[in-house]
Amino acid sequence: MKRRSEEKKSVNIEELKEKARQFRKEILEMITTAGSGHPGGSLSSVEILITLYYYVMQHNPQDNCWPLRDRFIMSKGHASPIVYVTLANAGYFPKEELKTFRKLGSRIQGHVHIGVPGIELSTGSLGQGLSVANGIALGAKLRKAGFNVYCLMGDGEIQEGQVWEAAMTAAHHKLDNLYAILDYNKVQENGPVAEIKNEDPIADKWKSFGWHVIEVDGHNFNQLITAFDEAGSITGKPSIIIAHTIKGKGVSFMEGQSAWHGKAPTKPELDKALAELGY
Amino acid sequence: MGDNIAMRDAFGEALLEAGKKNKKIVVLSGDLEDATRAEYFKKEIPERFFSLGIAEQDLLGTAVGLSLDGLIPVATSFAVFLTNRAYGILRISICYNKRNVKIVGSHAGLTVGPDGATAQCLEDFAITRVLPNLVVLVPADAVETKKAFKAMIDYKGPVYMRVCRAPTPVITDQSSPFTIGKANVLSHGQDISIIACGIMVEKAMVAAHHLVKDGINARVINMHTIKPIDKETVITAARETGAIVTAEEHQINGGLGSAVSEVLSTSHPVPLEMVAVNDTFGESGPPDQLLEKYGLTSAHIIESGKKVIARKKEKMKA
Repeated sequence: MKRRSEEKKSVNIEELKEKARQFRKEILEMITTAGSGHPGGSLSSVEILITLYYYVMQHNPQDNCWPLRDRFIMSKGHASPIVYVTLANAGYFPKEELKTFRKLGSRIQGHVHIGVPGIELSTGSLGQGLSVANGIALGAKLRKAGFNVYCLMGDGEIQEGQVWEAAMTAAHHKLDNLYAILDYNKVQENGPVAEIKNEDPIADKWKSFGWHVIEVDGHNFNQLITAFDEAGSITGKPSIIIAHTIKGKGVSFMEGQSAWHGKAPTKPELDKALAELGY
Repeated sequence: MGDNIAMRDAFGEALLEAGKKNKKIVVLSGDLEDATRAEYFKKEIPERFFSLGIAEQDLLGTAVGLSLDGLIPVATSFAVFLTNRAYGILRISICYNKRNVKIVGSHAGLTVGPDGATAQCLEDFAITRVLPNLVVLVPADAVETKKAFKAMIDYKGPVYMRVCRAPTPVITDQSSPFTIGKANVLSHGQDISIIACGIMVEKAMVAAHHLVKDGINARVINMHTIKPIDKETVITAARETGAIVTAEEHQINGGLGSAVSEVLSTSHPVPLEMVAVNDTFGESGPPDQLLEKYGLTSAHIIESGKKVIARKKEKMKA
């Protein structure tokens, strides 16, 4: 479905890049403070989340229940830090809360949690989000409500069979108000995806399931924006943006490393990472 | 007793009736709508009916999505596929997220019959009642099925209800009450309590009728809500009758009997005997013969009743 406002939102790529740098800092800080978390898959999704919340989606941080808001389902729920950082910066809840990540009594739970303003669904058991996104999209069509649904998945995640059940459903029901994004960082918890359960040719798979497929460099804002614009013009079928990314992007000793899938940096490692980011 | 009517037929009728009145109700099916009778709804309100094909995880997940904006999704399939196969989605997407999804598991228990073990769901009480936020309902007959379905729709939160395939005796009527979490005491004996659910309630009543001849007056309780279990009625029964038999079309481990024993042992321990499937899978066969073979008849309830009375007497002597 096309964006409701026909005028293209003017976008400053340099500002988005600066946000990306800042969000990487905040992700690493919150995980280090918590002593646990998933940096690799959070860092690979930074540009995707920023593009969604600062360009693509119609939403209102002051009214997270606005009926016509676009919905975002974070199916790869372990990468909660990037979602929490994005929502906090967008104004959904105070940034100070990020320090309470994973602490007892905090609503900033280890995996994405519905108790936080801006989050539509608690996730964490991979493979469940696309079905839910489909349901929202179906409901929107049934009620002729004009909003879109976006669902971010990981590449380890799409090894789950339910994802392919949902892929068939989306195509069968011609859900052109549904947009999936694949954070294709090619590394999962115990090694490269290609060594554990190869998914290539991944674009061909989604095409054969009846989806419109766009492949981009997942860290390039221009490509992401163009991709979402293209997806928004597709009718009669769902779209997936396969974002080629780097796990741990932005920190040289994390990039491409499965070891950093679910491990918190130590304070010295954090300092080293922040220095690389220019802090 | 009364006529034999299939609970699944009653469910199909109740679903259509409710769907006509309440435009928020949407129905999802896993390609079994002819068997589950969800097709009654499908035929008249096709725009609110969604088949997800043979994909129960997708079915429950899609139901969650539909519920997120205030629709009331009714997820239908066989009990064994909705609860077993899609359990992880039931747990997280539905229960952890407290979504207003109604799950109706049809063809439950041995009375599925000839299809055999893979279709005969005998563990749904055990695995559903252990999930936080989930209500678990087991109507006793077709009449109660309609009331249970209405209560399910009115309730705010996730609910699982089991219905059966085969026609079974109707033992309740329009005036019988139905409140989630409040068991119905059908007879008020003081010697023994028979706490039953589903099709075993009728068999409990038959058993009670026979036990009178042996001078045993039974209190028959229709425990139509497995979760939240009516602790008060269970404890009162224990206190006033001192001996309990449970009866369910379910495995002996983890079901109604286990739920009752949890209440008894933490509040008012009394001798307890359980009538249930004794930790074995079922098999193909006609429903009545299966119930006989696997120990789920009124005769088995009578036998367990006499056993528990004997234990009660031993306990009183000690």
